[in-house]
Amino acid sequence: MVNRILTGAHYGLRDWLVQRVTAVVMAVYALAIVAYLLIQPSFGYDTWAELFSGNVMRTFSMLFLLSLFYHAWIGVRDIVMDYVKPASIRLVIHVLVILALVLYVIWSVQILWGM
Amino acid sequence: MNKKRPKHLALHKIKFPLPSYVSILHRVSGAVLFLALPLLLLVLDQSLRSVETYTNLAECISHPLLKLVLLGLMWGFLHHFCAGLRYLAIDLHLLPTLAAARSSSVWVLAVSLTLTVVMGVKLW
Repeated sequence: MVNRILTGAHYGLRDWLVQRVTAVVMAVYALAIVAYLLIQPSFGYDTWAELFSGNVMRTFSMLFLLSLFYHAWIGVRDIVMDYVKPASIRLVIHVLVILALVLYVIWSVQILWGM
Repeated sequence: MNKKRPKHLALHKIKFPLPSYVSILHRVSGAVLFLALPLLLLVLDQSLRSVETYTNLAECISHPLLKLVLLGLMWGFLHHFCAGLRYLAIDLHLLPTLAAARSSSVWVLAVSLTLTVVMGVKLW
């Protein structure tokens, strides 16, 4: 008889790396925004709207938000796996979280390109 | 050796070291930020849509209760940010000793709380 040891679903290392890459993307974006806001002499709707009017800024904002949503998915999934034992409830929560995050992606596109 | 031994955990004597608090707060702040995502996206949406929605939003945020919610989320972000940087540093083997791990967790708490206070002063 062969004793095979199953070692999980093999997404561990990939998600560990994704969590860190998305974290760095978000950190760089956040620091850039804070630095930009700090050097503005005054702040109002005009400054804010102008910042987001360019396609480059919109693209990097979308990259930030996509990183955020992927990062959030891994984090929430890990929390749910730790604390929610019944498979049925866990599945329902996972599905709801994924649906919410996909809706946030669509909403983000509408916010950034619909203004 | 297979005898079932009774475990005696003197819970009132067991204390978390500081990095444990930083760790659990990283998780708590992450969960809070996730739950606040619809609110934060709504704020982004309203702030960019038009001058009217922008001023309307600024008026809403001037309410003390909403300011407090915002400040709470700000702390959540700052703690998650600082603790996250600490984990990245640990991954890069920049904090190899127990002493470094402990002192860096003091820094995480101190920096995030100080910046939260600064933001609070700015908000009020």
